[in-house]
This record gives sequence, C-alpha cells and structure tokens, in this order.
Amino acid sequence: MNDTAQRRIRVLLAKPGLDGHDQGAKVVARAMMDAGFEVIYTGLRQTPEQVSRIALDEDVDVIALSSMAGSHLPFCRKLKPLLEANGLDDKLWMIGGNLPAQDHDALRELGFKGIFPTGSKLDAIAAYIRENAA
Amino acid sequence: MNDRAQTTVKRVLNESGLEVQQLYTADDVAASGGDAMIGLPGEYPFTRGIHREMYRKQPWTMRQYAGFGNPQDTNQRFKYLIANGQTGLNVAFDLPTQIGLDSDDPLAAGEIGRVGMSVDTLRDFEIAFEGIDLEKITVSMTINGAAAIAIAMYLAMAEKRGYDVKQLRGTAQNDILKEFIGRGTWIFPVEPSIKLVGDTIEYCAQHAPKYSPVSVCGYHIRESGATPAEEMAYAFCIARAYADEVIARGLHVDEFAGRLSYNFNIFGNLFEQVCKFRAGRSLWAKIMKEEYQAEKPGSMWLRMIAAGGGGGLTFEQPELNIVRGAYYALISALSGTQTMALCSYDEAYTIPTEYSARISLRTMQILIAEMGLTETVDPLGGSYYVETMTNQMREKMEQIIAETDAQGGIVKLVSEGAIQAKVSAQAYKMQRDIESGKFPKVGVNCYRNDQEDEHPVDFHPYNEDDARVQIESLNRVRAERDAERVTRALAAVGEAARAGTNVMPAIVEAVKAYASVGEITQELVKVFGRYQEPIRF
Repeated sequence: MNDTAQRRIRVLLAKPGLDGHDQGAKVVARAMMDAGFEVIYTGLRQTPEQVSRIALDEDVDVIALSSMAGSHLPFCRKLKPLLEANGLDDKLWMIGGNLPAQDHDALRELGFKGIFPTGSKLDAIAAYIRENAA
Repeated sequence: MNDRAQTTVKRVLNESGLEVQQLYTADDVAASGGDAMIGLPGEYPFTRGIHREMYRKQPWTMRQYAGFGNPQDTNQRFKYLIANGQTGLNVAFDLPTQIGLDSDDPLAAGEIGRVGMSVDTLRDFEIAFEGIDLEKITVSMTINGAAAIAIAMYLAMAEKRGYDVKQLRGTAQNDILKEFIGRGTWIFPVEPSIKLVGDTIEYCAQHAPKYSPVSVCGYHIRESGATPAEEMAYAFCIARAYADEVIARGLHVDEFAGRLSYNFNIFGNLFEQVCKFRAGRSLWAKIMKEEYQAEKPGSMWLRMIAAGGGGGLTFEQPELNIVRGAYYALISALSGTQTMALCSYDEAYTIPTEYSARISLRTMQILIAEMGLTETVDPLGGSYYVETMTNQMREKMEQIIAETDAQGGIVKLVSEGAIQAKVSAQAYKMQRDIESGKFPKVGVNCYRNDQEDEHPVDFHPYNEDDARVQIESLNRVRAERDAERVTRALAAVGEAARAGTNVMPAIVEAVKAYASVGEITQELVKVFGRYQEPIRF
C-alpha cells in the first residue's frame, strides 16, 4: 500500500449500457462508502466512452461495473481499449452482477480481474478492493 | 392485546413493521377495528375478493413473462406456453425497444433481443402474435417508457387482423412513475411522462374501452427495497397521480378507473403478503369511493397480477427456487388475485428456458388440479390472525399514503429522488441483515451446501446473430413503406406533442405507416426532452 495512507481509495461505480436494475449497484455503493472509500456512482445508461472519461476525470483507483441484463461481454470489449487509451490499465477493473460462470474467463482476459457475481458478499467486495487497489 | 396473546418468547415484527403476536383471538380482531371492512366477496369494500364466485367461475389467468430474440423466436415461445396450458401472455421486450431505440441505433448494440424480444415496427408485432387468438389469450405487455407506441402497435395489429378494437382486452404496464423508482426504463422527464400515461388512458377510454392501458406496479418498488405495506401504498399514490391527470382533462372517474390494473410482488412472510392483498383491496375500494366518488363497482376493484417475485429467489441452491415459487403461487391463490406469474427458478442466472418456464406453469396448474385452491373464495377469511393483520396492514398503508401526501405527494418525491433514496437505504439494510444472518435465507446464510459451486442450471442461449437479422428486417420495412406517409405521420406526432393535445391518434397513424419505435420516440424527445436522473441512494 502506498499513497492510500494519504488519500482514500476512489471507486467509480458505473451502470453500463441500457440496463435499469440499479438496486444492487446502489447497495454496493453504500457498502463501499461505509468501508471508507470515496464512491462516484454514475447512475444508469453509461456508454463505454462515458465510463472511460469519468474514470479519467475523477482520477479513480477502481473502475467497477454493475451489469444485470446480460450485455457485460460486448460492453467490456468496447470499454477495454478506451480505458487503455486513457492510460487507466494500471487501475483495478471490477465487475459485478448477473455474470454466468462461463463468462468469467473472458472477463478476466479483458482485464476485469475482480468478478463478483450475484450472491457475492459486500464485505468480500470491500476486502478485495482494499487488497488490490493501488 | 389480550392476556393469552402476551408474547412469552420473543418479539417478532414483520417486514412492514407490524408486531406479530403469538396468538390471535376475536378480541384482537375487535381491537384492530373489528369486522366492519370484511364484508363479502363481490361486495364493497371487496376485502374478500372483487368477484362473488372468484376461482369457482374461472381460475386465475396464468401469464408467464416471456420474450427474447426476434419476434419469430418469441412467437414460438408463446405458442409453446399456450400449448402447455398457459392462458395469457406477458411480453418481455428488449431494452432498446423499452427505451425507444431502434435496433440500428449505436446505443442498442449488444442489447438486441437479449432480455426480451426486439421490436422496431408494426411488422414485428404482426410476426410475434401470428397464429395467436387474441380473444382467447389476453396479452399483457411489459413496457413503460415506450408504452404509448407499443399500445398503438398492439391495437393496430389487432385491427389489421380483423378484431374489433372496442372489444379487445389486454394490458400494458405503462407505469412510468415506478420506473423512476426502480427498473429504470424511463425516456422523458417526469411531467411529460405522466402526460403520456394520461394520453393512453384517455385514448383507450374512448377507442378501446376494454383494454387496460396501465398496470400500476408495486412489484418493482418492492424489488427496490420497499416493505410490503409501502409497496402497495406507493402504488396507490402513483395510481392517484394518473387518475388526477385524467380527471383534470374532464373525464369522470367511472370512465376509466375500471380499466386500471395492478401488478404486485410476492415474497417473504406468507401471512403478511395475504393480508397485504386483502387490505389493499379494501383500501383501494375506499379511496375510489370516498376520495374519487366512483360509483361503478368496477372502478373500485383492485384487479391485479401477483407475481412470485425475483427478490425472494436465490442464486444459491437454485432448485430451491422451485419450492419458493410453489409457496408464492399458494399465496397468490389464497389472496384472490386475478392473474398469476412466477419467476422461474433459473432467473438469477438466465432468462427462463422452456423447461424452467414449464415448471412454473405446472406449479400453478397443480394448485388448480390437485390442491383445491379454486373451490372456496377467500379461504383464510375469518382467521383471527388474518383479519387482525389485514386491518393493521390497511392502517399502515393509509399512514404511508398520508405521509407521502404531507411531504408534497408522490410526483414531487419521485422527481427529487426521495423515494429512491428511502427504498435504497432499506435495500442496503436488508442486504446487511441477510449477510449477518439476522434475516434468515435458506441456502444463503443458513443450510448452505458444502459444494456451492455446482449449479444445475442450463443457460438460455443468446443468439449473437439476432441483431443482424433484426436490423435487416428493419431496413426491409423502411425500404417498403410509404416514405411520404411516414414523414407526414411523424410530423403530426411532433405537432400534437407541441400543441399539448393527446398524442395517441398521431402515434397510432404513425405505427400504421410503419414508422419505427425509435423514429416516433425521437419526435417526442424533440418536444419533451430527456429525463435526467437524480443520483440519490
């Protein structure tokens, strides 16, 4: 752990695509705030371009997506090069939600190292961020 | 509380915050308000059911939510469900359709046909309902932001097939206020969104009087974190907002209230849910009679679909969701609902396969064929517990409605994000209580299996090629249609929106000209603008 002693971990929590199910994202956002992180929650309907731009502008340590409606793979395929172009490949990329186990390897290969499917515990998400965020 | 009911073990509160006693007697019924609101089925205040014969005459409608891929795929699933004894349809639309985007819109990429069927033009409705008898099978459409367009397409499709639109039954969800609280398929800002709902109610009252243009949803508010009492109270507040909009245009309540319907959720404590439905039925009747001076009994009926809700199902040990679904169906039957639907056991993973959808359907059929649930009306009526809790739930709902009104009303609270913040805080607390074990959930925080990673769930396949096929189909329609008629019709939609008149006649003409969902939405966006979400949680 380096500069986290000086500043709190900053987490971008985004709702990608057209999916409107935000109950889980809002629950996670509250849990991350309670865990002591700064949380920037985007609200619904974010495009890959928007997520990438907000991540850059807000100088976040963690880029986390909440996806419930099945479009996680196409979205992440578009987001990856944009994050890389913005020099954000050293940040912690995470995704949670309705993510079938068969898609986890593909998500990991795209750079989304933290995968938290439905049923994940809030404290486990917070612990993972504390452990892995730069 | 009488002496025998004194709790000797530990205090229990239900989710709505009401104390559950160890024992109930006639004294408790009397203390909670007595039997004044019980009455008889088919009679005001309808606590025991909106019809005298209820399921004796006709069992509940079985209406599983279905739709995916292209209209052809969905048509096949519809036919499969009907062949297996389903008596109604509930159409799932994909997200681009629900928020007014055409399949070739860049924002639709990756989402076409994924969570429901893709619709661009009237042609898609023609294909989806091909070969389905719209008099025998009533069709409900789960669409909100773009509901006015979907209603227009449904009516136009039926008319084209020779049905008398004046006799046509069916339902559109079309409850935009709850989309701002949960589910999120809004398009326009709050005020014009309510106006659009008003347009559909007014148009249907005049042109399709048997069609139900709105199904007010407590369901999604509950999924977002509301208690059962709040679920129903907020739904009533929302229904009053739509009624006020239409009455302000000069319609009498009895001209439209009989076609308002409701959609509620079932999970959690069995008795709390049953009492919620019984209490809600009498409270809605009271609101319509006393507050709105409705005279027709039909205007006072709380007609509803009750769905075994996703919020109660678990990712862990998914086969247990079949058991939960059976209890939810039992609750629905004991509550006297008109229509039943169940989330399938695999819905925490995937959209239901034919196999899982059939299990849900068979669950409801078992209740009818084997369990005697259709034989006696309101079988729990008269239970000291149920009558006491029904009275208490009604009082609780009235309290929530009064608080909502005192804070400026549901439209203001939703516009500010206040309801969203409230239910979201409750959802967070519930999630914490589940994770700490305070709120027991089998397979999640108790009775877990040692080997949790093996789930016997088959995935419904997503066809990546669906998008290409759908876009090609849209392009074909665009090439074949009368371009001038489309241009004229779209201009008329914009003119009606600008003039503040009812936009439905213009939308109906536009869909008949094969204008697309996206094109019509664009015309409305030019006038109404787009909703900006208040970020509150």
